[in-house]
Amino acid sequence: MSAPTDARYKMVERTMKKLGYKRSALIESLHTAQETFGYLDKPALKFIAKRLRLPLAKVYGVATFYHYFRLKPKGEHNVVVCMGTACYIKGAKEILHRLEKRYGIGAGETTEDGKLSLLTARCVGSCSLAPIAICDNKPKGKLTVEDAVENIEKALS
Amino acid sequence: MITTLEELEEIANKKQCENNECREELRVCIGSSCLSLGAKEIEKDLKKSVKDRGIEHRCRVKGVGCNGLCAAGVLVSHYDNESGEEVLYEKITEEDTDKLAKAVESQKPLEEHRSDMSRGFFAKQKKIVLENAGYIDPDDIEDYIAHGGYRALFTTLNDATPMEVISQIKQSGLRGRGGGGYPTGLKWETVAKVDAEKKYIVCNGDEGDPGAFMDRAIMEADPHRVIEGMALAGYACGAAKGYIYVRAEYPTAVEKLNKAIKQANRLGILGNKIADSGFDFELEVRLGGGAFVCGEATALVTSIEGNRGNPRQKPPHLSDHGLWGEPTVLNNVETFANIVPILNNGAQWYRGFGTEKSPGTKVFALTGHIENTGLVEVPMGMKLSELIYDIGGGVSEGRNLKAIQTGGPSGGCIPADMLDLEVDYDSLKKVGSMMGSGGVIVTDDSSNMVEVARFFMEFCKSESCGKCVPCRVGTTEMTDILDKFINKEATKEDFELLKEMCEVVKESSLCGLGQTAPNPVLSTIKYFEEEYIKGIKDD
Repeated sequence: MSAPTDARYKMVERTMKKLGYKRSALIESLHTAQETFGYLDKPALKFIAKRLRLPLAKVYGVATFYHYFRLKPKGEHNVVVCMGTACYIKGAKEILHRLEKRYGIGAGETTEDGKLSLLTARCVGSCSLAPIAICDNKPKGKLTVEDAVENIEKALS
Repeated sequence: MITTLEELEEIANKKQCENNECREELRVCIGSSCLSLGAKEIEKDLKKSVKDRGIEHRCRVKGVGCNGLCAAGVLVSHYDNESGEEVLYEKITEEDTDKLAKAVESQKPLEEHRSDMSRGFFAKQKKIVLENAGYIDPDDIEDYIAHGGYRALFTTLNDATPMEVISQIKQSGLRGRGGGGYPTGLKWETVAKVDAEKKYIVCNGDEGDPGAFMDRAIMEADPHRVIEGMALAGYACGAAKGYIYVRAEYPTAVEKLNKAIKQANRLGILGNKIADSGFDFELEVRLGGGAFVCGEATALVTSIEGNRGNPRQKPPHLSDHGLWGEPTVLNNVETFANIVPILNNGAQWYRGFGTEKSPGTKVFALTGHIENTGLVEVPMGMKLSELIYDIGGGVSEGRNLKAIQTGGPSGGCIPADMLDLEVDYDSLKKVGSMMGSGGVIVTDDSSNMVEVARFFMEFCKSESCGKCVPCRVGTTEMTDILDKFINKEATKEDFELLKEMCEVVKESSLCGLGQTAPNPVLSTIKYFEEEYIKGIKDD
């Protein structure tokens, strides 16, 4: 297999080179790949496996162990509802339920038209703004259920 | 490149002169919480307003790390370099920036946004770890040096032996701030005594504990402090390489640390023959991937090696067999941030704070149903009531305090009637909770404690790495049983089974995650048993 022709692979290659193509460069390479492509697809995993001389199973095993890595593409818009303790006791569960019902998808899923991904986070570390959701990389703190829906409607329109 | 203390002083003096050119400073908090409220835009607008009013020669606008009172963000402090006077403004929005610049110009404080700095939130804190947070520009190594930074490293490399450093840390009584409370000096000494060619210093900045953001604030507000602490650990233990393991979910912290390392490398503060002493130390940041179990020491090092973060049996301990099989010191961010003040001021000074068995201070993240959510640093041994009421401002919206949760998923709930408890490692352990990394989550009487316990159990279930059966199966089963209580479908047998499973999982799990997973259930059964009984259906 020749190296994929997509120029973006150069970014991943650069990370591996910086770390001397050592096997320990795996996680950092996955981070770069996800940053570059938005998610980790099979060609990307295969590419990393080949370049670092690791079995594909190992690469897949590591990619699925860490929550941060996504093996499916995200939607056009993304909402991450924080489910940390502080958010939880301030009603994050209700927010998530309402959004799941409103858009007919579960946490971690994308709508059929690829417009919206609904995600959850363990804790985004902005506990003083609980409950918080991150709509298209913009944190929206001290949310009510209504705010959350309104923010998404705005992003989607 | 700087090689001597004199050259370091020179940079400090130059920067101080530069800082003093402007008599006043507007310091905009760009900690994560304020950042999400638009602090970056406010900083930009303020710079423009100050320039428009032609007062940029006397007032500088700069971004600084977390000030602590996150509930009242965005925070902007107006500081007078000559008199040392400070006025703190809270709840600043983009609309207020010109008013603020006008207030600086006319020397009349903006009363409606002025924060009362004499109240308990500020007055009762003692800042050692966070002394620079909110004051220095985390993106500028020279600002850190101007505030006394890297002096501890240079003087130590010139004047002290590694053993002297370890003896200072041992005398200070510093205990690991990651939660376990293991004496730091002892840990360092063990590694220093091992004869090995390669050794490693690792900093745990994974902070996977939900409801905790202390380490994030330290890394973002004062990254050089952590770097200097790690370099000193390297010297004391004979290690030439260090890694900072940070969650990928903290992009700002990663960026600040990488920038700080680059700056330190350029000045020769990291690298080969630091301070002309023959001591080499290099540092790299490694990204975590959001796995709570990687906070466990053996899991963390295997993750740095590029593997799934599965923990392993101990012994061998990391001090013998750590990263890549070499002796390794692993400490938490806050622990490393304590090293510089201890070496600068001496062990006896440090012992002047806190309690006999837990000296020093602790940074806590106050969250939940509490008025002043935010980041605070207090002497160890402070009464819980002082922390919640005097500093935290009490429960929000006029409700009643029900419980205080400390230690995250490994900790427990402390009922409201135990407010006289002194907060330190040992007393928290005695009541069935633990210090943990420092998250303090306050719940009011609207919370159901069985649901809180279920929340943590579900967390542990999903975070269990699956390597050992008691943790993998136990946390799943316990979550299901807790569901029965929430749906009021439990039987008396379920209650007995739940208690038994807690004991089994605690006793037989491989690592800390499983061993402590039952704690939230055990402590809520201990103090709020009636809520469990309510979940048992009538026969």
